[in-house]
Amino acid sequence: MSRQSNRATDSKKMNSELFTLTYGALVTQLCKDYENDEEVNKQLDKIKFTSHVVLHRFFQEGCAAGKITNKMGYNIGVRLIEDFLARSSVGRCHDFRETADVIAKVAFKMYLGITPSVTNWSPAGDEFSLILESNPLVDFVELPDNHSNLVYSSLLCGVLRGALEMVQMAVDVRFAQDTLRGDSVTEIRMKFIKRIEENLPAGDE
Amino acid sequence: MTVHNLYIFDRNGSCLHYSEWNRKKQAGISKEEEFKLMYGMLFSIRSFISKMSPLDMKDGFLAFQTSRYKLHYYETPTGIKLVMNTDLGVPNCRDTLQQIYSTLYVEYIVKNPLCVLGESLQSDLFSSKLDSFIRALPFFSVRAA
Repeated sequence: MSRQSNRATDSKKMNSELFTLTYGALVTQLCKDYENDEEVNKQLDKIKFTSHVVLHRFFQEGCAAGKITNKMGYNIGVRLIEDFLARSSVGRCHDFRETADVIAKVAFKMYLGITPSVTNWSPAGDEFSLILESNPLVDFVELPDNHSNLVYSSLLCGVLRGALEMVQMAVDVRFAQDTLRGDSVTEIRMKFIKRIEENLPAGDE
Repeated sequence: MTVHNLYIFDRNGSCLHYSEWNRKKQAGISKEEEFKLMYGMLFSIRSFISKMSPLDMKDGFLAFQTSRYKLHYYETPTGIKLVMNTDLGVPNCRDTLQQIYSTLYVEYIVKNPLCVLGESLQSDLFSSKLDSFIRALPFFSVRAA
């Protein structure tokens, strides 16, 4: 085992461009992979490649890449929450408003260096929006027209969903607005679904 | 003063890790059964305590002691539960348990993508770090055991 990490290196800030570019490479690769999948199917059929097929293909790619990054985000989130709790010494939240505050002011700050604003509360207090003035993931990105269906930063949705699930909250997370797709701000909409109850494992006695 | 043993449970009740140092009396049942018994007791204590408390609680269950030993309990918001048994002379151990969580469990288990969460921990690195951490505690002393 060659792991030499210690707490001292943790405080060192990593260049965020590296993260942004790595994420960009990941999304690009996913889009390519899906192109290839389709390509194989279409190989014998190349002559019939009409623009309609191309559009259809890109639509599927966009959705598929979004779904995969969301799933990856989820897997990151279920681990990231432990790191977050260990570092921040934030305790259990008692309502969704407190959760919203912690996400925006502590978690986003810690991992992305930004503090989104929390707005648009539903009257029931079970739904709110995070407005991101800047999204570090998209620093160098311009969505080509043929990827207009790609939810580029859907990784973030997955991270939020996974992390909150680990603290017993089932939450629906989606992008409501995205500057990449021409909106004026980036808005992540979060909806509280239910509290996940902790059960005594079924014993064999 | 001494440390007897330490359990780590996940939120589903599986025992992720167990190690012992100065435990003179074994339970006389299989470890599997012991983990279930321990988790069941912790689960009941938590629910008992939250129902009995006349006020809203912040941290809930912290510790209990008998004539011979003291059980220290720490639970993270994600439901990871750390349980350490010591003798009676050891003061409040929440900081110690919190440290085990943040500097050992998170560092060597959560950040190791090869460690599957929710399964019994196989990492030798984690075990050896934990062992040296416990042995370095000011109240860990084999001599006094």
